Amino acid sequence: MTVPIHLRHDETFVLNLGPQHPATHGVLRVKLTMDGEYVVKAEPVLGYVHRMHEKMAEDGTFIQFMPNTARMDYLHALAFNHGYALVVERAAGIEVPERAEYIRVITVELNRIASHLLWWAAFLLDLGGFTPLLYAFDDREKIIDLLERVTGSRLTYSYMRFGGVCNDIDDEFITGTRDFIKRLRSRLPRFYHDLVTHNIILIKRIKDIGLITKEQCRRYGATGPVVRGSGISYDIRKNEPYSVYPEFDFDIPVFDECDSMARYMVRMHEIEQSLRIVEQALDKLPDGPVMGKVPKMLKPEAGDFYAAVETARGSLGHRLVCDGGKNPYRLKLRSPTFSNLSLFGEVAEGMLLADALAFMGSLDLVIPEIDR
Amino acid sequence: MNGYWSDIFTGSKSLVTGLLITAREFFKPVVTEQYPYEVPVMTPRFRGHIELIGNEETGQPNCVVCGMCQRACPSTCISLDGRKAEGGKGKVLTHYTLDFTKCSLCGLCVESCNFNALRFSKDYNLVSFDKNDFIMDMLKRLEEQNRCKQ
Amino acid sequence: MDTSIWRALIYLAGLLAFAGLNAAYLGWCERKGAARIQRRIGPCEAGWAGLAQPLCDGLKLMSKQLLVPEGVDGIIFRVAPVLAMIPAITSLVVIPFSDNIGARAMELSVLLLFALASLSMIAVLLGGWASGNKYAIISSARAVSQNLAYEIPMLLTVITVVMLSGSMNLREIALDQQGGFWHWNIFRLEHGHFLTMWIAFIVFFICSVAETNRAPFDMAEAESELVAGFMTEYSSMGFGLFMMGEYLNIVIGACLTTTLFLGGWDCPFGLTPGVWWFLIKIYILIFTFIWIRWTYPRTQIYRLLNLSWKILIPFSLANLLITAALIKVF
Repeated sequence: MTVPIHLRHDETFVLNLGPQHPATHGVLRVKLTMDGEYVVKAEPVLGYVHRMHEKMAEDGTFIQFMPNTARMDYLHALAFNHGYALVVERAAGIEVPERAEYIRVITVELNRIASHLLWWAAFLLDLGGFTPLLYAFDDREKIIDLLERVTGSRLTYSYMRFGGVCNDIDDEFITGTRDFIKRLRSRLPRFYHDLVTHNIILIKRIKDIGLITKEQCRRYGATGPVVRGSGISYDIRKNEPYSVYPEFDFDIPVFDECDSMARYMVRMHEIEQSLRIVEQALDKLPDGPVMGKVPKMLKPEAGDFYAAVETARGSLGHRLVCDGGKNPYRLKLRSPTFSNLSLFGEVAEGMLLADALAFMGSLDLVIPEIDR
Repeated sequence: MNGYWSDIFTGSKSLVTGLLITAREFFKPVVTEQYPYEVPVMTPRFRGHIELIGNEETGQPNCVVCGMCQRACPSTCISLDGRKAEGGKGKVLTHYTLDFTKCSLCGLCVESCNFNALRFSKDYNLVSFDKNDFIMDMLKRLEEQNRCKQ
Repeated sequence: MDTSIWRALIYLAGLLAFAGLNAAYLGWCERKGAARIQRRIGPCEAGWAGLAQPLCDGLKLMSKQLLVPEGVDGIIFRVAPVLAMIPAITSLVVIPFSDNIGARAMELSVLLLFALASLSMIAVLLGGWASGNKYAIISSARAVSQNLAYEIPMLLTVITVVMLSGSMNLREIALDQQGGFWHWNIFRLEHGHFLTMWIAFIVFFICSVAETNRAPFDMAEAESELVAGFMTEYSSMGFGLFMMGEYLNIVIGACLTTTLFLGGWDCPFGLTPGVWWFLIKIYILIFTFIWIRWTYPRTQIYRLLNLSWKILIPFSLANLLITAALIKVF
């Protein structure tokens, strides 16, 4: 509820939504100037988790950066792997076999579902509902078990290589994924929609909270479910297609209400669409090798290359500047959450504290991705 | 005012539905695994720390001390050393240490080995009070594994 | 003379034991109930099925250092947790557990209980304000406005019950409902009261959930927003006393609901009334408190106040008018 009340600025106090707080997902500090319970000014302070990943890219060879990509956004690590592999493949002109592309899409979409499930769980935890966390983690555990069979890791995957993926998938993974799709489809209406989405307390809590206009989205360069909840239909998978996404039939959910409820519904529908993509990919999976021809020591020609992928949070861009040597000269990552978080300072003015936190939850922030 | 009665009606219905869902869940069995009484089985591709693979008959490591794993590691965790083999070409491994405090389990070392000398172990129960316990001596580990096999 | 001293002492010991056991073991019930709803096992290591867990928690709390931060108001900071426990234990004196188990059947017991409930609200206010912590002050302000808003519909529904029974004495109200569930105030089949009394029961139940600061109305201790609300600066037994006071308030709320609406110690078919029926009823209500807490997210402060002022008060006023009209007519 943003109320245009006459705020007396001489009676405000500064509240630190400090680096240590249960609701800021990561180490984020927000300096809130408050008048009673209303937020007068909000200023995010970043940099608490800066680990200099981009500098680490310059120190090692191209393949040695692959484990770093998973540590930035650990919830959708495979998309970060994919983005980096894509930009290096564009730079070096490497061909990826079809089976590898399909496996990449399957694993990235499964990871997207896991990321959205965790967002849902953490969002409800912020709002005070403790049980949906455990129901979502039950499903997420199935995804993580499936991905562990294939990649060997549960959270920070270093699975993709230039030219394909490092391990092939087996039949048990395929049957396991089909069972999982069936299970999640049967659980979504009851545990996710009946228990939570239609719950009057939740609806009253997030409807009409955190209105972001289209013009604000454009000014801050926001992407992902944040802008799709404000009516802008932009998804890298459809607008700047990469990999084998053009072969699949899926929709981009767009809602026009611009409030937190719209962003919530966008992500819930995206889970459904990702399930559709995984199903189609499993049906169409071709045979073949999973790794293309890659030279032992990768030395792409000098140049400036860019590749964008769609993560669960928005459009992730990798910009690679090569100078002909075996290390990258410069690698810059365009983090989607950074632009999304910048909206918080402007939109949170005039909101109540609890509403501001609900709005922050609906933005789906992962702070290590902002700070890199 | 127009939403007043419909709000109360649909609201109460949604609240009761929620209660019934949690009530049904109350009577279902637990989904958690009771560690340490029930121990999970690791999948074949599980990434524990790396270990040396020994030859089937002799028990000696397959490693020829080429140093590819050391060069491939992004975190410089591996340090190895060898000496010339008597009566033949090649090197024999004398010293192989993994600094597990820096390892990120990326798998680049295992992939870069052309001699089938490295694999991931299935150890996940690593805990200690001393940092030096994680500077692992892989040759000693291989010897212990050979002794256990006998 | 002798018998009255012994009676007082036995009741004192009994009520303190009841209060202590409930305060400790309701925490166990809550954790186990929450765990089962979430498809996991709750505390299971300490003792058989975790029954020694409250003892371990109590020992842990007692062995911690009682930190008093520097900027606090010394006396009020130390007094506030004690003030949170006093009304809860004192309220147990007037609750009729059975026909012949009840420490004191006062003529104005209902009034006494509500006066003591307001006292526990003051404890929350003082605890938050004396902490000198901005989060705590915000949370106490929320708690006070919430408690104030929910006392009104609660009192209105209680007036309805008092009108039906003709007395403020809890024992008499319970005696009025003896004889089977059709006599209970929630159903009250005579004279057409059954049309509206169940609304009074629901309103009263929602108000008692809000009065005891339980989810979905627990803004005062909203864990994910304000760290721990008004209890942030309390450690060791200060925190322990607030938690025990909260659980005892839940017990008092359940006892009051049972006595006013569910017939006190009466058996549903009027066969063998006794204290065990009373205990069964209050524990079913307490389980419902726990069930509700772990199902719903938290409401927002203005939605909470909207619920009270715009929905609960009109309904309880309408109920009051209809009951008064029915009593006048019949």
